[in-house]
Amino acid sequence: MSPAEPAPVTRERGLALLREMLRIRCFEDRCVQLYGELKIRGFLHLCNGEEAVAVGTMQAIEPEDAIVSTYREHGHAIAHGLDMQALMAEMYGKQSGTSRGRGGSMHIFDSRKRFYGGNAIVGGGLPLALGFALAQKLQRKSAITACLFGDGAVAEGEFHECLNLAALWRLPLLFLCENNLYAMGTAIERAEAQTDVAGKARVYGMPAEVIDGMDVFAVEDATCAAAARVRAGAGPVLLELRTYRFRGHSMFDAQLYRDKAEIEVWQKKGPLITLTTRLKALGLMSEDDYQRLEREARAEVETAVDFAERAEFEPLAQLERFVYAEQAP
Amino acid sequence: MSKQIVAPDVAVEAGRGTGVAPARMTYREAAREGLRAALRADPRVFLMGEDIGRYGGCYAVTKGLLQEFGPERVRDTPLSESAFVGAGIGAAVGGLRPIVEIMTVNFSLLALDQILNNAATLCHMSGGQVNVPLVIRMATGAGRQLAAQHSHSLEGWYAHIPGLRVVVPGTVDDARFMLAAALACPDPVLLFEHIFLYNMEGELSAGLERVDIDHAVIRRPGRDVALITYGGSLHKCLAAADQLAAAAIDAEVLDLRTLRPLDDATIMDTVRRTHRVVIVDEGWRSGSIAAEITTRIVEEAFYDLDAPVARVCTAEVPLPYPKHLEDAALPSPERIIDTVKSLLTRSEAG
Repeated sequence: MSPAEPAPVTRERGLALLREMLRIRCFEDRCVQLYGELKIRGFLHLCNGEEAVAVGTMQAIEPEDAIVSTYREHGHAIAHGLDMQALMAEMYGKQSGTSRGRGGSMHIFDSRKRFYGGNAIVGGGLPLALGFALAQKLQRKSAITACLFGDGAVAEGEFHECLNLAALWRLPLLFLCENNLYAMGTAIERAEAQTDVAGKARVYGMPAEVIDGMDVFAVEDATCAAAARVRAGAGPVLLELRTYRFRGHSMFDAQLYRDKAEIEVWQKKGPLITLTTRLKALGLMSEDDYQRLEREARAEVETAVDFAERAEFEPLAQLERFVYAEQAP
Repeated sequence: MSKQIVAPDVAVEAGRGTGVAPARMTYREAAREGLRAALRADPRVFLMGEDIGRYGGCYAVTKGLLQEFGPERVRDTPLSESAFVGAGIGAAVGGLRPIVEIMTVNFSLLALDQILNNAATLCHMSGGQVNVPLVIRMATGAGRQLAAQHSHSLEGWYAHIPGLRVVVPGTVDDARFMLAAALACPDPVLLFEHIFLYNMEGELSAGLERVDIDHAVIRRPGRDVALITYGGSLHKCLAAADQLAAAAIDAEVLDLRTLRPLDDATIMDTVRRTHRVVIVDEGWRSGSIAAEITTRIVEEAFYDLDAPVARVCTAEVPLPYPKHLEDAALPSPERIIDTVKSLLTRSEAG
């Protein structure tokens, strides 16, 4: 399966993608500070280095599509257009957060945007995504489901159960494997006898491709082509998006399992550097453009922090709400 | 074996829809009629599970439904419990009304992650944005010499989990109509059918069109002692009560019907009228639903008791295959009667 026609690289497209990636990077960097200030607690998994995957894949999503994500989902949520103020309030555990503060960093939901978590059981989102796609198919909708998961999920039984079922039932399901080479601290070659994730998908009878997850244009082109195929009713597709996590697994990670040199090598081919270098080389962007976008992203994040600071915590009297539905669907 | 677990191929006409005429049917046929009515009533309803279509269901509950409703709505799945239970959750959130069948409660453990970490949790974790109107049916219980991986009663475990509703039809009426109430519920409902009841015949109550899943029901009123039970043990309690009556002991039998949420009001009312309680539960005793009910009675109605609360549960062994050992492990009318008699002796002595 090869992408149809890659979209041309223009100034407009390049700056739009860069803008989204910078919004994510600034959000994540600010989260690090806030974690140090004890404003954000619990497990915090950041996606620095993986911004091109978030932004590139989300370009292919239509409003009626469903998204199932992982606990490293800030980037997916921001790129999908969730409100950044509500996202930051969620980090703070505030009532005006995306999940009323009840989910936190790992459980971002926005049902209006069909963003269904924020799933912190590795592989646990795949069966859900299978169900969304089954509902879309049975309801004769043209919508598709995008299921994001990491390379760690490939070791779970659900990966195999769900790839098999999605292919067997020809469901409109786009599997997006964000392969950052590590499942927490376990390198993929220490976990998988066969490290070719795309190859595993082909065994289940679906087209699959390996994409450079550091190249946002490549990610967007491949995801749009794959989504079009899935939308046309041709059954599921898997994309393996090869990327790298610049920070630790969570804020508690001493990173004993990988060399600093390895991180440096990947940082040199990071998604932001790759994109800005290319845009500048093509004469599509100036340093001033970059500085402006970064300033705007920082300002937006600061506005979100102000909002979160001022937001209210849920009253204790509401502790036991939302265990059961409060109104019939 | 097949003779025991495969239903006779009879069409059940009476009791459909209006419920006008009283009809004799098995618990299995009643459950099938409930499914058929649900599929007819709502195009969003579909069934999904292992061997529910061409095979007709491991316990033949879904027999004939594939032919009537087609493979899209009576959907055979591979042996991928986590995937198809999770798919039921996703499809429910996505706007459908799936009824997932898990062959036995022991197999549901392969889907426990989906049931607990998604079905029971999504509503809360999303701050109320997402609810999961899913029904999961599964066979539970022992009595057919199916040994230690097909015989357990884990419904009490599931009743531990906030976000779930756990219902247990013990009668033909409930087997027929609890499903509709479960489907009307916006939250995930686990519905446990006891394997020993499938062949039980009973009369569908004339004129009955619906039941609730909120209340316990007194199946036999009595004054001297309350037998609090549910599901497969209900009939053992009714048999025990008959025999106790011959000994001039008037036992009340309370059918819990729903294990989560428990109907505390009806339980306490029974306790306050009878003053002696035996809880009969096919789960293991330690950490059981019987333990939970005991605690609630002690918390709420301690001074109404004339004797300590007693329990008849399954022996704490994985269920053995040979009949004599299986029988000895399970609650039986004899054990219930002995427990009641010793309770009455103790309370009279006290």
